[in-house]
Formats: sequence, structure tokens, C-alpha cells
Amino acid sequence: MQVGVPRELAAAERRVAVAPDTVPRLVKLGFTVAVEAGAGDAAGFTDQAYVDAGATLVDREAAWGSDIVAHIEPPGVRPDGQAEVDDLRAGAILVSMLDAARNGDLLAAIAARGASAVALERVPRITRAQKMDVLSSMANIAGYRAVIEAANIYGSFFTAQMTAAGKAPPCRVLVIGAGVAGLAAMGAARALGAEVRAFDVRPACREQVESMGGQFLEVQIEESGEGGGGYAKTMSPEFIAAEMALFLKQAKQVDVIITTALIPGKRAPTLITADHIAAMKPGSVVVDMAAATGGNCELSQAGKAVVKNGVTIIGYTDLASRMAPVSSRFFGQNIAHLLDDMGGGEDMKIDLEDQVLHQTAVVYNGAVRWPIEPFPTAAPPPRPTPAAAPAVIPATAAAKVPPKPSKAPAILSLVAAVILVILAFTAPGDFLQHLTVFVLAVFVGWQLIWNVSPALHTPLMSVTNAISGIIILGGLLQAGTGKEINLSVILGAVAILFASINVAGGFLVTQRMLRMFHK
Amino acid sequence: MEASTLIAAYLAAAVLFILSLGGLSSQETARRGNLFGVIGMIIAVAVTVISPQVHGYGLILGAVAIGGAVGAFLALRVVMTAMPQLVALLHSFVGLAAVLVGLSSYLHPYDELNSTAQQAVHLTEVWVGVAIGAITLTGSVIAWGKLRGSISGRALLLPGRHLLNLLAVLLVVGAGVAMTAGDAFGVSALATLGWPLLLGITAISCLMGMHLVLAIGGADMPVVVSLLNSYSGWAAAAAGFMLNNDLLIVTGALVGSSGAILSTIMCKAMNRSIWNVVFGGFGAKPSKKSSAQEGPQGEVVQIDVDGLVDLLGDAKDIVIVPGYGMAVARAQHPVERFTSILRKRGKNVRYAIHPVAGRLPGHMNVLLAEAGVPYDIVLEMDEINGDLPDTDVVMVIGANDIVNPSAQTDPDSPIAGMPVIEAWKAKNVIVLKRGMGSGYAGVQNPLFFKENTRMLFGDARDTMEKVVAALG
Repeated sequence: MQVGVPRELAAAERRVAVAPDTVPRLVKLGFTVAVEAGAGDAAGFTDQAYVDAGATLVDREAAWGSDIVAHIEPPGVRPDGQAEVDDLRAGAILVSMLDAARNGDLLAAIAARGASAVALERVPRITRAQKMDVLSSMANIAGYRAVIEAANIYGSFFTAQMTAAGKAPPCRVLVIGAGVAGLAAMGAARALGAEVRAFDVRPACREQVESMGGQFLEVQIEESGEGGGGYAKTMSPEFIAAEMALFLKQAKQVDVIITTALIPGKRAPTLITADHIAAMKPGSVVVDMAAATGGNCELSQAGKAVVKNGVTIIGYTDLASRMAPVSSRFFGQNIAHLLDDMGGGEDMKIDLEDQVLHQTAVVYNGAVRWPIEPFPTAAPPPRPTPAAAPAVIPATAAAKVPPKPSKAPAILSLVAAVILVILAFTAPGDFLQHLTVFVLAVFVGWQLIWNVSPALHTPLMSVTNAISGIIILGGLLQAGTGKEINLSVILGAVAILFASINVAGGFLVTQRMLRMFHK
Repeated sequence: MEASTLIAAYLAAAVLFILSLGGLSSQETARRGNLFGVIGMIIAVAVTVISPQVHGYGLILGAVAIGGAVGAFLALRVVMTAMPQLVALLHSFVGLAAVLVGLSSYLHPYDELNSTAQQAVHLTEVWVGVAIGAITLTGSVIAWGKLRGSISGRALLLPGRHLLNLLAVLLVVGAGVAMTAGDAFGVSALATLGWPLLLGITAISCLMGMHLVLAIGGADMPVVVSLLNSYSGWAAAAAGFMLNNDLLIVTGALVGSSGAILSTIMCKAMNRSIWNVVFGGFGAKPSKKSSAQEGPQGEVVQIDVDGLVDLLGDAKDIVIVPGYGMAVARAQHPVERFTSILRKRGKNVRYAIHPVAGRLPGHMNVLLAEAGVPYDIVLEMDEINGDLPDTDVVMVIGANDIVNPSAQTDPDSPIAGMPVIEAWKAKNVIVLKRGMGSGYAGVQNPLFFKENTRMLFGDARDTMEKVVAALG
């Protein structure tokens, strides 16, 4: 079964759906990989790299004519005016981001070819599907890149500097939206040394923000913005007013604002208005990561950086694509995981009973399945921690359960005391003498053994094996004192025999073991 | 030879034994410690043999020669993965010797027993010593069988087993008292029953030893073996009382407390009490209502050997957590080659050892030492836990419960509160495992489903050999 990897035609798209290092993985899953010549050029992968990894080079028609076509952007129109999907074979499966909610015509065109299509942006945010969630893996990269773009424009250090030539305060970064992209941006900004604050309508994000070293801002209104599937919902007017006031106050203080707020299937909410921009210090930077879906900032323009009142507003929509080598590799791994789940090269099929495919298979064997009913089984609880968020540590209710304090020691010491008193009045003197020696030796042993290095516990056991062979003395005394051979002497001799095994065996094996330990 | 010479020699031997155990406090002094033990033993035996009380050298030398040869053969032939079995076997010999000495001493007391009180004390020493020796003997034999796999590792739980144990103790004590009463105080009804009673004590103690160890499951063996180590010491001490021999008493007490401490350490490492281990029948309870139990909690992500090699290429800090599975697969040698290759490439490779990893206290350390891993990169759980959040890759090889986060997060988990190696805090966790089976405690391990965990299924030895080949 052939996986085709055509070159992306969308403007400013540098990525490629499968990087060379994913090819061996696909081959192992039982696929052959056919890459359109030049597909990896923009991402820095040469055709030779693909060939070396085990792929074959083909032309565009052959790549699109594969059993499975792996693609990133929703397919568009070729320079010659023909639709890219027109090269799909009947029965083929297109695996790509499709923006299915807005691309009814595209779905119809795929259906007309008798093919199927898996819309990668619809991969549900369930634990099982994390490994194929391209939105998360790309958002992670984009969040990082947003900070780098901001740092590129921003005219000072991110980290505080104190030098002989003067000092610079740390850059203050406000991240709005603590999803995957937001958390990645916080991590990157923190790593550069900036002071990070973050805002999110979902109170559950507080912990994640704080785990990334950010300060969590809040408005004084009780309303949870928890929507389904790890996204936020639209908020009430009162809340939005309070939120706006908060942003205005912050705008005066911060140097960089990164906005990541998305509401699925809707225009991105406007969070940063022209007034906010006017309040910002000249030289500040705003990165609007939602520019592609209308923008969180009133003044941002999709795909461009514009300057208003001395504030640079970056509306790039290709942040992940700007790091094409790594984003291509991650994208390819996501696709490989998906194809693995779909049965690999041997039993590839679209199983609509499977939650992931139920949600993503927007075209199935020539029929459009849009809009898709929610998956019938009980929905999993919303995951506030999106998939690829780095280092989001859930609070662990550290449940140390100490063992119940036992009454045994107290009872034992009482019994011991009673026995001692009885012995003191009844036992012969030499017995008490031996008892003294015994008790003292127990205490010496107790002190001594605690010092033994745990690494040497096995040699400790074998050496104690050897020295407990001292019971050989018992055998010697019993066997040696008999005048003639009787049962007592024989028993003693057998005891000597077994005790000797212990002595010789114990010491020798200890020696053998200790010789192995070396620095 | 004077009696005072004998006492002085015994004192020297006792001091040498103490120094011997003291030497084990560090690797540098350990070998010298062992040598002290050997010297102490030679002095003790030599002085005893040439003392005027002992004659009949032929029999003695014959027994020593045979026993010594067998012991040397065992010691030089044993493979390090089989150390737990050998240790258990040696415990049983001490128990056997104690029983034999006890029986012999009953037939023919070593010292003249002049008073009734002396006689009563001696008889009590005899039956107590024989009982402890017999429990050690059969308990160790069963432990040996379980460790080498000829007896099922599952806990055998007879109905009313606590009552059975209690009954056995009562019978032994009753018979002991009856025997003492008959022989020392001349209770006529019991006068002729001394020998049958003592044999009865031996038999019942033997059964009790078997039953006690049969009821304990496979992974609790570190505790059992340490406990038997302790018993073997007490048995030797009891023999010392019978024979009025202080050296035996001192040595027995040293060994007894050594085993007791090891048992304590092992129990602490599992957050369980010694009673729970010995009488609890852990791992045999049918079901525990813990959420962590109910099936897999997500999807595991696999990785292959190439993926692991890639990951290691970027890693600086690597920590390996070995468990019993590594011992079973005998993977320590490829693991060592793996370690030395990575160390040559300038990576910081270390080992994290949980106190109860393996089937014997310190077992993992011995296996790694055998393979040639330097001991200064083999760290205790407490030494390394703090470094794990900064570790790039943690490789868990054949371990399960000792890296289970639910010990900290799930108060209902059967292993709640057990100290564990916090592998999940590392940036990446690779788990080498044969399959998705749960650990000894029967608890599902959430570590396997963490986002930063990748599973590498297969036999640990095969896998590590492949990894070494791919690295080389």
C-alpha cells in the first residue's frame, strides 16, 4: 500500500507532510512511500534524503494517485487551474487538514472522486489520540515561534541585564489563552528570561500556567469558560467588560502580548482593541496567533506584521511553517501514528466505530459525512491539559499513607521485662551471664548493621551465612567429646559437615562478589 | 591448653566477626572485612579443635573436608542471578546444624548438669534451639524452592492459617514444657517421653516453617530471605546457650540482628509492617476497589529500538532503573555494554536502585557489579529521586511497582505510601517490558500511559542487545 506525499502548493507553506525520518517508520508499518520530487525542498529535505530513507520519487500525479495521500494544508487549485483532489483515485484516503466546517465544496469534490478523507484538525482531544493530534503538535511549535518572532522585533533583552554599560529590565510578556500554544509560548518566554503573565477564562488553567512559571491573572467575576474538548466557550458581556478592563491595565505594563484565543468553528474573539494598542508603550510587540480566523487583535492583518502607534502587530499565520524542518517531522510522526492505528499497511481501513475515525472521516467512500454526529458513547471528561503542552504537571495529591503505628514494640518490651524478672529469681548464674553477652551482642549488631551500605546487602547476607556457620563449634564440641561413636557423636558430625558448607560457601561467594565491585 | 586461652581466642574471633560486618559499610573496606571474618573463623575452629575437650579428629576432619569442598563448589559455581537461592540454601544448613546440635546435646549434654535449675535451663535451651532451627531449615528450603522456581511463587493460603500457626506454637511450647517437666523435675508421667516429645517439637516446627514461607508470595522474598537470615542467627545463638559457648551466642546475635535490620529496611521500602508481610498474604487478595485497577487507563505509545537510539542521541542525563525483570532476562551484561558506550560518548549514565528491586536485598547491585558497572554510578532511590526532573531519559528495565506513581497519588492503591522511584518526572521515560502485564502487586501502572512514556516491548536481553548493536 502506497503513501503519497505531494508537494504543498499553498502560499507560504514550507512544511511537508512526511519528513525523511518518518519514512522508515511507514515502511515498517508495511507501506511504500512515494514522494513528489521537490516536496521537501522548502523544509530543507533533499530528494536524496528521501531516497536514502527508503522512499521513491514520483511526479505530482503519481503522488496524488497513491492509496493514501498525506497532506498538510486543505488541497487547493494547481497552477494549471485543475483541483489537486482531481488526481485522487477511487478508494484512496486523503489524510490532511481540511478545515471541514468551511470547505463543503472541497469535501464534495473528494466525494466525487469516490475517495475518503480524514480531516486531521478534527482529531478528538482524548488521551488515546494525543499521538496523532496535529493541532497540538503544531500549536506547540507555533507558540514557541511566536515568542521568537516577538523577540526578533522587540528592541531589548528578554532577560534582565545588569552590566557596566547600564541595565535593562526584564521583558514583560502577557500570554492570553493557556492552551497548547499559550503554554508553549510561556515556556519559551520564560526560557528567554522574560517575566510571564497569562490569562485564560478557564480557571483550571491556573495550575498549568503556574507550573510554567507564569503568573495567572484573573478578573473578579465568577464564571467558568470551560467549553468542550479543551477549548473555551464564549463568555457573558459582564465578563468580557471586566476582561477588557484587565487587558487595558496590562497593556500599559507589558512589552509583549501573545494572543492564542480560539473558539472552535467560530471567529476568534476580539480581545485586544485599538484602545489597548494605543495604551501600549511604543516598541512593544503583539503577536496574534489567531490572525487566520479573524484575529484576537482588532488591528492585526493575517499574514503580515503591521506597525500602529509604534506597536508592531504580528499576524503571521504560518508560524509552525516557519520552523518547517521540525514541524514537518512532528506532522509526519502524527500521521504515522494515525496510519498505525488505522491498521498499518496490511489491514488499512476506516473504522467508523472508532472514535477518532468517526470524528475525522469527513468523506467516506465517496459520501460526505458532514456534519458529523458526536461520538455516541459517553463523552470523556474534558481535558484541561491539552496534548502536547510541555511539562504540565498535574497536581499530585501526595498521599503518603504511613503504616499504622504498631503496639507490638510496647507489648514485646513488657513481655521481655517480665521474663527477665522471672529469670533473675530462678535461673542459674551462668545462664544470666550468657544472657548478658547475648543482649549486648544484639545491640552491637543492631548498631553495626545500620552502617552497612545498601549496595552491599547481598554480600552482607552471604557473609552472615558464613559466620553463622560458627555453629560448627557446636558440632565440634558434640562430636569431639564423645568417648565412642554413638548417636550424639554422629549427629554432631553431620552438623559439622553442613556448617562447613556454610563457612566455605559463604566466605568464598562473598569474596567472589566483592571482587566484582569496582569504581 | 588453658581454659583462659580458649576464652581469649573466642574473644579475638568475636571481635574479628564484628570488624568483618563493620567492613561492609563501604566497598573500599568490604574485602578486608571478609578477610577478618575468615581469620576469625579459622581461629575459632582451630582453637576449639585443639582444646583438650575435643578428640576424635578423624571424624571431624572428614566432615569438615566434605562440607568445605561442597561449599567451595557451590560458591564458585553459582551464577549471580541465582544468589537468592544460594543464600536461602545456606540458611537452611544453619537451621539443620542447629537442629542436629540440639538433638545431640539433648542426648549428651556438653557440661555436667548438677542442679535441677541447670537441667531445666538446658532443656529449655534445647527445645527452643531445636524449634528455631527447624523453622529455619524448612522455611529456607521452601524459600529456596520458590526462588529457583521449583515451587510456585504464589502464596499458598490455607483456610484458618493463622489458627494453624497459633496451634503449632502452642503445641511446641506445650511439648517443650512437658519435656522439661519430665526430665528435669522428675514428673514421673512424663519421664520416659522426653525423646518422643523433642522429636515431636522438631516435626511440628518443620511443618510450621514450611507453612509460614509457603504463605508468602514471590516478590516478598527479599523480606523472607532476610527474616530467615535472622532466624539462622537466633538458632546459632540458641546453640550457644545449650553449649555455654559465648562465641556462638555473640555471633548468633550479630547475624540475628543483621537479618532483622534487613527485614526492617525491606518492609519500610514497601511501606508495610513485618506482620503484614509474614501474615498478610499480600498479592493474594482477590480484588481491591481502586480506580487504578480497572483496566488500562489510556493508550500506550510504543517506541522501537531506532527511536530509542535517536532519543538517546539527544540525551545528556540518563538514568536506568533495573528490576527483577532484568535479572530474569539476565540482561545485565548488555545493559553494562550499553552504559559504557554512552559513557564514552560523554553522557551521564546512572542507575537508580529501589531497596526491594530483585529477590534479595542488594541483588541488583551485585548483578550490575558482576556485569562490570562501576559502583559509584549505582545510586539509592533517595539519592537520585531529586535529580530525576532534570533527567533526559529514564529507562525502566523489567521493573514495575517500584516506579508506579499511584503509590503517591492514589490513596486506595494497594501500594499507597510505598516509596517509589519517581521516573515519571523525567523528560522521557522508556519502559522495557515483556508485555502489558501488571506487576507483582497486581496494580495497573499509570506510568505506562503518561505522555512522556514510551513502551519498548520485548525480552529485556534481546532488546538491549539490539540497542547496543544499533548504538555501536
